[in-house]
Amino acid sequence: MRRKLAATAAAALVTALTALVAFGAGEGLELAPANANVKNTPSLQRGAKYFVNYCLGCHSAQYVRYNKLAEGLLLTEDQLIDNLIFSDQQPFDTMTNAMRSEDAERWFGIDPPDLSLIARARGVDYLYNFLRGFYVDETSATGANNVVLPNTAMPHVLWELQGLRRPVYEQTEEGAAPVIAGFEVVRPGLLSEAEYDQVARDIVNFLAYIGEPMKLERQSLGIRVIGFLLVFLLLAWMLKREIWRDVA
Amino acid sequence: MATRDRDVFDSLGNGLSALGGWIDQRFPMTKLIKEHATEYYAAKNFNVWYGFGVLALVVLVIQLVTGIWLTMNYKPSAEDAFASVEYIMRDVDWGWLIRYMHSTGASAFFIVVYLHMFRGLMYGSYKKPRELVWLIGMGIYLLLMAEAFFGYLLPWGNMSYWGAQVIVSLFGAIPVIGEGLAEWIRGDYYISDITLNRFFAFHVVAVPLMLILLVVVHIMALHEVGSLNPDGIEIKEHKGPDGKPLDGVPFYPYHTSKDLVIIAVFLIAFAAVVFFAPEMGGYFLEHANFEPADPLQTPEHIAPVWYFTPFYAILRAVPDKLLGVTLMGLAVLLPAFLPWLDRCRVKSIRYRSWTYKVALGVFAGSFIALGYLGLQPATGIYPMLSRVFTVLYFAFFLLMPFYTRYEKTKPVPTRVTK
Repeated sequence: MRRKLAATAAAALVTALTALVAFGAGEGLELAPANANVKNTPSLQRGAKYFVNYCLGCHSAQYVRYNKLAEGLLLTEDQLIDNLIFSDQQPFDTMTNAMRSEDAERWFGIDPPDLSLIARARGVDYLYNFLRGFYVDETSATGANNVVLPNTAMPHVLWELQGLRRPVYEQTEEGAAPVIAGFEVVRPGLLSEAEYDQVARDIVNFLAYIGEPMKLERQSLGIRVIGFLLVFLLLAWMLKREIWRDVA
Repeated sequence: MATRDRDVFDSLGNGLSALGGWIDQRFPMTKLIKEHATEYYAAKNFNVWYGFGVLALVVLVIQLVTGIWLTMNYKPSAEDAFASVEYIMRDVDWGWLIRYMHSTGASAFFIVVYLHMFRGLMYGSYKKPRELVWLIGMGIYLLLMAEAFFGYLLPWGNMSYWGAQVIVSLFGAIPVIGEGLAEWIRGDYYISDITLNRFFAFHVVAVPLMLILLVVVHIMALHEVGSLNPDGIEIKEHKGPDGKPLDGVPFYPYHTSKDLVIIAVFLIAFAAVVFFAPEMGGYFLEHANFEPADPLQTPEHIAPVWYFTPFYAILRAVPDKLLGVTLMGLAVLLPAFLPWLDRCRVKSIRYRSWTYKVALGVFAGSFIALGYLGLQPATGIYPMLSRVFTVLYFAFFLLMPFYTRYEKTKPVPTRVTK
């Protein structure tokens, strides 16, 4: 009987494998890993600070409540009010801003997306590389362009920190459009490259956190639930064995 | 003290049995319990494949209960739907847990049901006298697809929106009435607030009602003819002097205790997903659905959720839209004809020929391959591969009357084996 089922399994496997071998690997832009870690509370606190200073002017995080955020980031209400709330908003409010959609569309061409869930929609690596991917482009309306999201409508709001850089193009193939091979510094920023990467990482880490603030709670509850279920499984198995004892 | 305790229990026991007698004179309680549990005999050699039926029931209960609690905070309007889901995730106590259980439950439902159906294919559960059990099961499967489709629009994410747009537009391929039909389903010229409202009505009331009804009918029909077993033999044909099947054991407490173990294992796997990988790498909760519905901006790559992708791949394999929709519909409905397509008298794969084993293996492999292809963009070699596996998928059913007719089967034992 084993052998017969094995024949079925083998046929299924061969069919599926034929398919898999034929499927090529996907292609796409190489993204440097963001290594986001929502357990790193100091990084989240720094990220929150950068977020309210550099992002919140245009982007909202309309599903994130200030007081819940402070709780998750281990901040007191005073620290919250002093460091993260610049408007006349209350701690129980959500992170919205005063920019109107119509104005945004007139200024940037698009309404800057809400960032509550951006890390879950795009992935942390994408965001990390996006924040590091700006370069000078005089042909763009904002003076900036981005390697990850070409022709982005977003200006390089972190330029003071990163500095300005210009792409160096390289002709790889005859007749093809030149590709960006590297960058040359136009104007150095306040931060070194490593320091700037850390800023980008902190912001992305913060975005990952607000995308799913319950993540750590979820995991720690999961361990307890599965622990309980394992005990339940043991008892259920013992009960089954006892009941089936008399079945030949 | 001890005497008083006994007195209490004695009078409690007397009271309960008096209550039972009172009910039995007015409702067949004891009769039903005997018919469906304590005196319902099922084969003692059930393997793990026989656990997916009860697991489907467990998932149904999970979906019903979590669904009721989600409804308490969900707002079925284009304006509020997406925000209300995030409200549930962030501000409702345990809302995230209820929501993840519901979203994981949707995928778990299909995993469990597909395995349940595959069990039927392996051991011939659809064959006489169980044709109706199988047909009712197919009805449940169709309702489940409808339930999943309606529910997927409710979070009002961008994939919800465009997924619904694509699937409803398929009805537009039907000649003459197609466009009118699609409009009638949407209640609008495009997927809108009106569509969301009616899909909500179907998802939380109409379809679950029919689903529960058909599940009850499915189990009634099954208990009438009796469950099969991995040997594909009828245990009713060998009864002892007491009139009880020699190879059977009562459903309660034997199979219920076994099912409890299976349920525990399932719940551990279920909890592992809910607590540690609720997105399941974008297969259970798609990344594009974390962006709100935008009628002006399609997601980069529209694909249905994984449990529909085998059929989606068949649809895309055909260059002509009407033919594609027809083939897709046929692919969904063909399993309903299995009781009449399969000419082999032997039920279980254990005693059937290698032809059927290979055919079943190729079919299962094609289904998985089509599921994968349905998730990929229709470029390069993919459409051609989809065609190959579509042909294999249909060949399994359409050639079945021929390759099962003269099968070289093995002798079937009269009593169940291990």
